[in-house]
Amino acid sequence: MKTASSIALVLGALLAVAVPRAVWGQTDCLSCHADASLQDASGKSVGVDAHTFGASIHGSLKCGDCHATIKDYPHPDQITPVKCESCHADEAAGLAGSVHSLKSEHPCTSCHGDAHAIFPKDDARSAVYPLNVPRTCGACHGNDAMAKKHGLPNVYPMYIDSIHGFALSKEGLLVAANCQSCHGSHHILSHKDPLSPTYKTNIPKTCGSCHAGITANYMGGVHGKAVAAGDLKAPVCSDCHTAHAILQPTADAFRMQSTPICGSCHKEKLSTYRDTFHSQLGSLGGYVETARCWDCHGAHDVLPASDPNSPIAKANLVATCGKCHTGANLSFVQYQPHANARNRKLNPALYFVRLFMNLLLAGTLGFFVIHTLLWLIRSRYDQIKKKSTEGDNHA
Amino acid sequence: MPDLEQAAMESREKSHAEVRHFMRFTRAQRYLHAALFSSFLGLAGTGLPLRFSESIWARGLAKGVGGFGAILFFHKFCALVLTVAFLIHLKEIVTRGIIHREKGIFWGATSMVPNWKDVKDLFGHLRWFLGLGAKPRFDRYAYWEKFDYWAVFWGMIVIGFSGYAMWFAPFFARFLPGWALNAVLVIHSEEGLLAILFIFSIHFVNTHLRPDSFPMDLVVFTGVESEEEFKTKRPQEYERLKAQGKLEARVAEAPGIWQINFSKVVGFTAIVIGLVLLVLTLSAYLRES
Repeated sequence: MKTASSIALVLGALLAVAVPRAVWGQTDCLSCHADASLQDASGKSVGVDAHTFGASIHGSLKCGDCHATIKDYPHPDQITPVKCESCHADEAAGLAGSVHSLKSEHPCTSCHGDAHAIFPKDDARSAVYPLNVPRTCGACHGNDAMAKKHGLPNVYPMYIDSIHGFALSKEGLLVAANCQSCHGSHHILSHKDPLSPTYKTNIPKTCGSCHAGITANYMGGVHGKAVAAGDLKAPVCSDCHTAHAILQPTADAFRMQSTPICGSCHKEKLSTYRDTFHSQLGSLGGYVETARCWDCHGAHDVLPASDPNSPIAKANLVATCGKCHTGANLSFVQYQPHANARNRKLNPALYFVRLFMNLLLAGTLGFFVIHTLLWLIRSRYDQIKKKSTEGDNHA
Repeated sequence: MPDLEQAAMESREKSHAEVRHFMRFTRAQRYLHAALFSSFLGLAGTGLPLRFSESIWARGLAKGVGGFGAILFFHKFCALVLTVAFLIHLKEIVTRGIIHREKGIFWGATSMVPNWKDVKDLFGHLRWFLGLGAKPRFDRYAYWEKFDYWAVFWGMIVIGFSGYAMWFAPFFARFLPGWALNAVLVIHSEEGLLAILFIFSIHFVNTHLRPDSFPMDLVVFTGVESEEEFKTKRPQEYERLKAQGKLEARVAEAPGIWQINFSKVVGFTAIVIGLVLLVLTLSAYLRES
């Protein structure tokens, strides 16, 4: 043991020439810990890359600043864990009150990576650099077993295929929303916590930190006003766009999936829409231009027909329908996109047209089904009779 | 009265060419029927997925042909074919019946216009079904054939008009009230449904699948039928022509084997497509209601 230490000391002295100036004062520790293969009693690597550490955000610190309990050499095999909170008190306090409060499962290094290679968050080498955040969080939140254990959705694959994920991974957009843009970083709270940025009523503000214009529109519409008034049933951004698997709203897939979302609250409207040409065409795919809810009602600033600014206000209908139907006139826009042919009070003309057509259908088919069945029976009877008499003749 | 079964046996005994054949449909009429049933199959096949757009097979079919854009294109194409066929037929009626004042287009035994005999035949036929009377002696067009004709005639006007009203909605809205645009879809889909259900069940059975014609009446494909068939199915017309001495003028060449086989392939294809669509329609309709 003694010989090994002295060899290490000699090696350390030699290395001292090579280590950067920033860690000049740490040669004592590095004389042992510069050896990348150095392990503690439990087999954990305790080697430190002096170059990387020197370049890291903590490069100007001395080993003892963090490993404060080590005063002398040789030090005990079991050392006290480093307390990041001794400097980073705010972050530690945030973490302690968050969903990641369990320290054994979420040490600082679980997100920030190797303690001796921590870089500022605007450095591409950092684990919390915007473009690296999804991968860092995805190490746990892209894991089926972990998602199942905590009853969470496996969000990483959803996010990475979303419009935000593409912007980040394909375009390398630093402004693209990554996990912490919406969830925060240290003080992450459950979406059920009213203080969380992902709590229902806080979502418009959270999304609005980037999508300010859309949020302003939304807050002026019926849904935004209802949410602001505390109606938790009214939809916020994520109810229509989803939270993680957000699609480009003009994409076919989004146009195909979103009508039922509106219909999950507006059931009667969805049912009557289903009866129309718009829906019949639209639900078959490959022809996604047919009007969906928001093509007529607006997407974010949905307003009642009684509001003169609403696209479905009487005065605006020609323009609204005219977006698709070139040549739409006042008579054309009397078309009812939610007519209910089964409702005699609301749509009497349509009700009687449908009734007449149904009676015609039932009457015609009813008569001819009986007529043709009788005919079949009679013809077959004659055929068999003829056969048997012929059989007799032959005999 | 010789029965068809017997007639068929006799014709099997005699060689095909020895049997006298009579012309029933002209070449133009057969082509018109071909245009009618092929465009109708196309319209039914592309219209049904639309009517039952929530059903699984409709979505599968739409996906298979490239989405509804493709289906709509094909539906409109068939609609144009059928419209042209209909206009050709109208022109024929106007030319023959009004311009040339041909007798028998609007009046008499050879006309498609229903007359008192048709009413008597209908009740006589029903009585015969129940064993209460003799089988009526039909003339050139029996009452159910006239019904088929007028059902298609009315259907084409109703479905055609409502279809074009949807196709060119802004144009039609210039002279139709707004609610009519709602009504045309109801009319189009219900009348279409009626046409599909009627043709693929009643017409198929009445004309092709009933024992006297089973499995298929080829006369609308070959244009001619054997003397026995003529005599059995339309005794009144046969006797009338014989009495007028016009029977010989209707004698035609027996259809060639290729013609019969070709007709069978086309006819069976149409019937099978129709029956498949009928099953799909009924299953979707029953699930819906």
